[in-house]
Amino acid sequence: MGKEVILRQARGMQLLAVASAAVLLLGVSACGGGDDDSGTGDGKTKVKVGLAFDIGGRGDKSFNDAAAAGLDKAKQELDVEVKDLAANATESENDKYERLKLLCTSGYNPVIAVGFVYAGADPATGPVAKAAKECPDTKFAIIDSVVPGSNVASLVFAEEQGSFLVGAAAALKTTSGTVGFVGGCDTPLIKKFEAGFKAGAAAAKAGTKVLAQYISTPADKCSGFNDPAKGQTVAEGMYDQGADIVYQAAGGSGSGVFKAAKAKGKLAIGVDSDQYNTADAAVKDVIITSMLKRVDVAVYDFVKSVSNNTFAAGTLTFDLKKEGVGYSTSGGKVDDIKPKLDEYKQQIIDGKVTVPTAPTS
Amino acid sequence: MKTRFDWVRLLPPLIAPLGAILIALVVSSIVLAVGGKEVFPTFELMLDYGSQPGSIAAMLDKATPYYLSAVAAAIGFRMGLFNIGVDGQYRIAALLAAALGGASFMDAVPGVVRIVLIVLVAMLVGAAWAGLAALLKVTRGVSEVISTIMLNTIAGGFVAFLLTTDKLGVQAAGSNAVTTPILPKDVWISDLPIVSGTKDGVFGFIVVAALVGVAYWFLLGRTRFGFDLRAAGANPSAAVASGVDAKRMVIAAMLLSGAVAGLVGLPQLFGEQHAFTESVGGLGFTGIAIALLGRNHPIGMAFGALLWGFLERSAQILDLEGIPKETVTIMQGTAVLAVVVAYELTSHVTKRLQQKRVGESVATPAPTGVSA
Repeated sequence: MGKEVILRQARGMQLLAVASAAVLLLGVSACGGGDDDSGTGDGKTKVKVGLAFDIGGRGDKSFNDAAAAGLDKAKQELDVEVKDLAANATESENDKYERLKLLCTSGYNPVIAVGFVYAGADPATGPVAKAAKECPDTKFAIIDSVVPGSNVASLVFAEEQGSFLVGAAAALKTTSGTVGFVGGCDTPLIKKFEAGFKAGAAAAKAGTKVLAQYISTPADKCSGFNDPAKGQTVAEGMYDQGADIVYQAAGGSGSGVFKAAKAKGKLAIGVDSDQYNTADAAVKDVIITSMLKRVDVAVYDFVKSVSNNTFAAGTLTFDLKKEGVGYSTSGGKVDDIKPKLDEYKQQIIDGKVTVPTAPTS
Repeated sequence: MKTRFDWVRLLPPLIAPLGAILIALVVSSIVLAVGGKEVFPTFELMLDYGSQPGSIAAMLDKATPYYLSAVAAAIGFRMGLFNIGVDGQYRIAALLAAALGGASFMDAVPGVVRIVLIVLVAMLVGAAWAGLAALLKVTRGVSEVISTIMLNTIAGGFVAFLLTTDKLGVQAAGSNAVTTPILPKDVWISDLPIVSGTKDGVFGFIVVAALVGVAYWFLLGRTRFGFDLRAAGANPSAAVASGVDAKRMVIAAMLLSGAVAGLVGLPQLFGEQHAFTESVGGLGFTGIAIALLGRNHPIGMAFGALLWGFLERSAQILDLEGIPKETVTIMQGTAVLAVVVAYELTSHVTKRLQQKRVGESVATPAPTGVSA
């Protein structure tokens, strides 16, 4: 009987194979092969901006939304056409390359890749580098990574400088002498936030204790950028250990940190966007300030540079001086220490204070 | 075997997959319609984009690891073992193999030797990781479903632990990703330019995937071992009664399954990223779906893998046109579910038809030349 079943299965598979082939072929012949390259320079003068989001896409109330804000502003003010595409959680580097290529071969120029994932394991051969080679006439931008190429602008931020200021704010505001840092993923990029925060806290009030913890690692695909429940647990642990202000650099998990602060009657610091304005109204009063990372400014400026033909390839660092990073004052909770913070800001801009980019301990 | 055309036998294998695809199309049409999108232009768009040369190359690229993953799962399935652990097996295998291949003490070793070494180490590690589950099953009676799921998580933990800059990982200049050392160029397997009309090649590793498919077909269909394995899967007690060593078969099947699983991460390692990163996951679970869709048959799974690649590729264009590309995920899910249900249904109907015919032939004098 076993033999019989197996044979029938084998026969079945051949037919399934033939059937699916037929379906595929039908489709192919019915529609014919389209052009691979189309729409490049069809006489339209309007700039078509293509943007590829990091995992999460629009609606993460953090990093991606900041990029979206810049894109939307460009659309309104610069009279450009825009198209944005989202990434899948489980996709390969090839998928990212294909997405960028789809944009550039469909006539989108410039093309913006949001997030270091688009740089790939090896930025010299990763998705952006490959797409830039494939579409040499298209101008590319990548946010948060440095990718070589004569048609690629690498837009990076001095997150440590902005984090220094909110670190100083935390040290000046804490009553327990202990503050916390929650990172979304244990990567060098997020370490910059931690390094700046610690340096700022130490500078403002020596002896301030800083607890630091990461929700995830690259090995679990940085799930900690989108795990509010875990963010809440980690933050609760910090508040229980005596911290009264926690700074989160954890993307979508930040909402959990705010929730924990609200439940424990403590305070928190937001990241990327002015989260006093973007966070859930029920928790916004715990946010004393946010470290602003103006991805929106970077995106807008880049589109502008392309539309008025001042595009420059290479690395562009958005720091305090360029107002690419900073701190927010919405809610008025840091108004009393603003002079002090602005003093630090000026010192960093003047080069009197250099902020480390990697945590010391 | 007689070549008489037996329509009753043809029924289930023909109707099941076609029905499944039809159901998948109907369900996704409903989803599209409910979402206020035009149904037929959407499918046309997908076919149009998916049949371009660049898309065909991308489809083959995607299908390569999917196929390996499906074969790995299928080896277990044929024996009645549910190896959910392909995901963990390939990740830990690819990590260790890539770390060894990229290690500085290997610099003097020629590229070809290194490639062979990476492949062998990946297969060994994959087999060893799957072997843990096999060992637990034969010595302690632990269900492989439970143990492989848990081993997936443990593998994830190991990878996280090892892939840091002070252990196996490095960080390329300007990158935020921690990876194993990037392999030198002579350890890359270059793309094959087999699709005309596009500059994009196809993973050279596709050749290995095809060979694995042939080996799978030969081993299971043409050897004593394969017969024992299938027999043990179809009817364990009968197999044991006829002298098959069940424990030995469990260990052998899991080791084989794990060894093939070890290959799943290699197409991307050799042809795309040239280092192990954690940016890709879930290939092991996709393999299970494709093995179900292809009903464990080497060619069926190949078409399943290609169909998967085609669907995922054509999903990209949907995004550009403002149509939710999750439509494709719905299609994939319904297709797998429907093929399982449809196959069960049609084989049930066939059995009834066959029984009826047997009944008739018993009632009337049998004609000459009854086929076996």
